[in-house]
Amino acid sequence: MATQLQRPTDKRVLLMGTCLCDAFYDEAAKATVEVLEHLGVTVEFPEDQTCCGQPAFNSGDWNASRKVARHCAKVFAGNLPVIVPSGSCAAMNFHGNPLQFEENPDPAIDSLAARTWEVMDFIVNGLGVKKWPGKFDQPTRIAFHRSCHSRGTASGAATLALLESIENAIVTPFGQAEQCCGFGGTFSVTFPHISGRMGSLKLDNILDTHPDILVSGDMSCLMHLTGLAITQGRPVEHCHAIQLLRKTLP
Amino acid sequence: MIGIQPIDQYARDISEEKQASVIDGSSKGTDKRYHVLHEDYPNPDSLRKLAAAIKDHTLHHLGEYLEKAETALTNRGVHVHFASTDEDARQTILSILRQHNVSQLTKSKSMAAEEIHLNPFLIENGVECLESDLGEFIIQLDGDEPSHIVKPIIHKNRREIAETFLREGIGGEYNDDPETITRRARVHLREKYMVAQAGITGANFVCSDTGRLVLVTNEGNSRFGMAPVPLHIALVGIEKVIPQEKDLAVFLNLLGRSATGQQLTVYTEFINGPRSANQPDGPEHMHVVFMDNGRTDVLASNCKEILRCIRCGACQNVCPVYRQASGHAYRSTYGGPVGAVLSPILFGSRFPELADLPKASSLCGACNEVCPVDIPIPDLLLRLRDKAKRESVPSAGAIPMSPFAHLATSPSFWRTAMTMSKAMNHLPIQVAPIKPLQDWLGQRTLPESHGGDFRKWFKNRK
Repeated sequence: MATQLQRPTDKRVLLMGTCLCDAFYDEAAKATVEVLEHLGVTVEFPEDQTCCGQPAFNSGDWNASRKVARHCAKVFAGNLPVIVPSGSCAAMNFHGNPLQFEENPDPAIDSLAARTWEVMDFIVNGLGVKKWPGKFDQPTRIAFHRSCHSRGTASGAATLALLESIENAIVTPFGQAEQCCGFGGTFSVTFPHISGRMGSLKLDNILDTHPDILVSGDMSCLMHLTGLAITQGRPVEHCHAIQLLRKTLP
Repeated sequence: MIGIQPIDQYARDISEEKQASVIDGSSKGTDKRYHVLHEDYPNPDSLRKLAAAIKDHTLHHLGEYLEKAETALTNRGVHVHFASTDEDARQTILSILRQHNVSQLTKSKSMAAEEIHLNPFLIENGVECLESDLGEFIIQLDGDEPSHIVKPIIHKNRREIAETFLREGIGGEYNDDPETITRRARVHLREKYMVAQAGITGANFVCSDTGRLVLVTNEGNSRFGMAPVPLHIALVGIEKVIPQEKDLAVFLNLLGRSATGQQLTVYTEFINGPRSANQPDGPEHMHVVFMDNGRTDVLASNCKEILRCIRCGACQNVCPVYRQASGHAYRSTYGGPVGAVLSPILFGSRFPELADLPKASSLCGACNEVCPVDIPIPDLLLRLRDKAKRESVPSAGAIPMSPFAHLATSPSFWRTAMTMSKAMNHLPIQVAPIKPLQDWLGQRTLPESHGGDFRKWFKNRK
């Protein structure tokens, strides 16, 4: 993953809500706004935003994905930090985009890359919040699935630090944590069997620890895992990590 | 429109026994690697990056280092050959063998030799060619193909191996105790070593400053095979040269740990050249065949980082797709993440046929995380997907993306589509006549659509 240096840390930010929150997970986007506002941040939501372009990018249709990326860079133009409640869409901005524009660099794309923060990374490393002032009424076992797009970034450690600092939170490690949930966007459609097996193995490892709740920094992983879990008759309580921060605030 | 990908189909058809062997072997490999590397180094990542930098430097000056290596080897009395294609490499080796009237040889494990299908070629040409690595020996007995770079028989369990030995009459009655299997193989192979007239090996590294070849094994088979024979031929990919012998401090420390979770393999051989006057044994004649076979094309491509590979197999072990599908699913010498990049471009003319391999990845990045030379495998897979699309290679599973791009660049359409998506909550979409959707929904429950709800909430609260 590309290293991002000196990203802006203004208290006024642009929220990139992600298409999954737009379509399914409005609660995760709402929690992002409320948590940021709790920290004194002013959140703006550019109305013309759509998707980061990752589905086309991962499929190899870079003509299509570059169009979407240019649209995205235009919508989020300016100097403000762009905050994303998804490690995956954030990585598209700061890693995928520079890759697909490497032969024809575009200043708007570079600017978006340099201003993008995954939300937990922003809270910890941008705003300097090291401890979350939240509390569970009773001891709560949390399974934290570190999404693959946070590999090599500060997001995983940031999320873990915040979750562990919540009073009464017990973050419970599970086996083979480095393994993917099997979603991979279009991968789950074109490799349905392998994708399903990967997800089931991940669920086995997670459910072995009997968590009260499963959280992640990416709703896409959770959509895949819980989608499988429901069909398999072993549903699991789940939400975006930012929703836990919101929920445990006094 | 969207068919089932060959690798997904392979994973469906694979026997449970084979899959269990692969999953077990690869998961253990991943765990061992992690523990050994992290116990010994506070920051293994810095070591990986150093190794990557040395490899990149070497590849950038590959011509110079090959020349240096050639000079150093020649000064040691080694005959150096360059083979630009697989056919050149096979013919070069055959002609050396003929000059020395070789009819029987032993071979230690070499991915380069696998790559050019050396064994069947030599056998066709009347040279008996015995694999001396235990795993490769079993592969040879079974007429099978290796499915992993360092553990060629990762897909077999000990019962299958015991049955092979029983069938081939090696060591008497059925016994699946691993130690017994190894002992029986040793007895069988030792007899063959004594009658061989040549030894063929690969090389893990060629030091261009000293001209020494470095080979790592756990069985000592290459060393043992070299003692009684008068001729040694090493087949080496041109990317195996390293600038200086002292660089081995980085590479050897990473290779054993990444490959098998060992601090160092049991044997690390330094080969100085042919037998010198004061050495009691060893080959009197030594030849090194440097093989290109597509590597300079790879070097000129936008996937050149794959040439950093030191063949440890860590990316195979950690890859969830490899674990489900096995190395054989990749239809080539190199399976798993490294193979998904290397195979379609190393064998240039096979690109259209192998263009589905780079798609067999959720792009999870675990391969890059464990790679001892930090190859950005997911990026390379993406570049190859882009190449396939640009070259209009028809590959199963290419989902048409222009409708998506159109929608995602038209904000008002997008907003309408989001709101409309709520209709899905009331429609039985699982019966829609779209095969991939049915497959997907057959295993997974889609969450309820809340299309546009966040936008409404955000607007109304102001």
